[in-house]
Amino acid sequence: MISFLLKRFLSFLITLFGITIISFSIIHLAPGGPLSPLTEFNPKISPEYREKLVKMYGLDKPLYIQYWNWLKGVIKLDFGRSFSLDQRPVWDKIKERLPVTIFINVLSLILIFLIGVPIGIYSAVKAETLFDRAVTIITFIGYAMPSFWLAIILMMIFGVKLHLLPISGLHSTIGYEQMSTLQKIWDWTKHLICPLFVATFGGIAGISRYVRNSMIEVLKADFILFARAKGLPEKVVIYKHALRNALLPLITILGLSLPGLIGGSVIFETIFGIPGVGQLMWQAVMARDYPVIMANLFLISILTLLGNFLADIGYALADPRIRLGDKH
Amino acid sequence: MEILKKLLQNKISCLSLIVICILVILAIFAPYLAPYDPFNINVNEILQPPSFKHPLGTDLLGRDVLSRMIYASRISLEVSLVAVGISISIGTFLGALAGYLGGIVDQIICRFIDIMLCFPTIFLILAVIAYLEPSILNIMIVIGVTSWMGVARLVRAEILSLKQRDFVQIAKIYGAGTLRIIFKHLIPNALPPILVSASLGLGQAILIESALSFLGIGVQPPTPSWGNMLIEGKETLEVAWWLSVFPGVAILITVLAFTLLGESLQEVLNPKKDK
Repeated sequence: MISFLLKRFLSFLITLFGITIISFSIIHLAPGGPLSPLTEFNPKISPEYREKLVKMYGLDKPLYIQYWNWLKGVIKLDFGRSFSLDQRPVWDKIKERLPVTIFINVLSLILIFLIGVPIGIYSAVKAETLFDRAVTIITFIGYAMPSFWLAIILMMIFGVKLHLLPISGLHSTIGYEQMSTLQKIWDWTKHLICPLFVATFGGIAGISRYVRNSMIEVLKADFILFARAKGLPEKVVIYKHALRNALLPLITILGLSLPGLIGGSVIFETIFGIPGVGQLMWQAVMARDYPVIMANLFLISILTLLGNFLADIGYALADPRIRLGDKH
Repeated sequence: MEILKKLLQNKISCLSLIVICILVILAIFAPYLAPYDPFNINVNEILQPPSFKHPLGTDLLGRDVLSRMIYASRISLEVSLVAVGISISIGTFLGALAGYLGGIVDQIICRFIDIMLCFPTIFLILAVIAYLEPSILNIMIVIGVTSWMGVARLVRAEILSLKQRDFVQIAKIYGAGTLRIIFKHLIPNALPPILVSASLGLGQAILIESALSFLGIGVQPPTPSWGNMLIEGKETLEVAWWLSVFPGVAILITVLAFTLLGESLQEVLNPKKDK
């Protein structure tokens, strides 16, 4: 167990190092160096001033020293200042938006599991019935559905046609301060229904398909045949023996699905006007606000890596073959 | 040919193939099949609902939606074909190299894949596009370069099992070089899973391209793409439902066709899995 965790931690560190290298290289992708966006579109900047900027940012030093300096800043969460008019430190801008994105993504993950897993189990038990077929069709639609289009359609149906749900923001802007706590929660819920639907639809489809297939696979195994031969009730066979084995790999799937889920934030936050990191990323790209773009990319990938690492540990804790240190 | 026969026998894959063929024909013969000029602005026919004259209505500038969608199929297919070509090439080459050579090369490539997988694709693409121009060529390259990891893992696994086989060992004894073995003996035999992931990849590339175009950093107007047509659709949600419905349906059907074709290919090429 301990050697497993140590190994995982080591690979965590190596991956972390790789992420810093790739992030750092992208900064240098811009033709003419990382300063070109700042200077190229601004004819007022004289060659002398440019020289001064180059000195100031240390761009005349060799790349590995630049990398080291950048890394030292990053560790202190110093990503420089935004190129936008307010020129605020990048970390301040991200800090205030991170909780919203994390909150919505964790909530989505919970919903995906709470809804996807039972659907998957049920269609495996009822394989080849009408229910199973319907689920399969919806699964493929979920896989092929452009999430931004789903968002538009939801806005059209629930916002414009039925006037049931608000279509933008996290909470009402008018009268929000006067609401009681309960009203506030209700207000948030109403605002979150559409974004959460968009964020979870594809995930639910994927997870239920995965659980279905792995349940069907497990149900064919010898130990299930044995359990049935022993005369155990079908319910015990399915929910105790089969389910445990079918669900174990799900922890890994959880880790693997994180990048897609977080990546989706860009789309639903932009469309529904939710002030999270995804929306910030989009705004920064549109405004060519490079320090914000790079800090965003870096932090989001670190979050993903952390999620994966936690999933790995979770897997080790759940699987007795690893937990008990058996060599398999 | 036998594969094609099997695909045509199955209702779902047959339907997917028909949809894809129609799309390809529409894309190739767009100038002859589109009823109107997709760039022709007509102030007298702004936001017309679907009618006999304009089967899918007109947009904010009075352009015919059907004609624009037909031209957009060109862009989507072009972008996804090139992007998948790039991702399949990188993935196959790195996967084969890792699988065949093993050892330190394998470890480095696997680690690289792990690292790349930590970047949510959309964030990575956005960051790179922000530095480059959002031209169609750049979009193809960026999508290709950020989506090869799955293919590489798949090919690596396939090669690992192939390299133990006799014909590879014999080629080795006869003194064939590493690259020769990889390209002449291993990759041709690993084609089935590569084909499957190409078909699935085409669907995913179309999804990414349309999402980027919708976010305003993909295909730039006035060049029509299903994604950037939906920008207008979102703005005219209250008055013109056809602008937000039809381009989305086109994306959904196209991606669905490529996905289902990929799934059927998997069943046809790898019947072991069914038993």
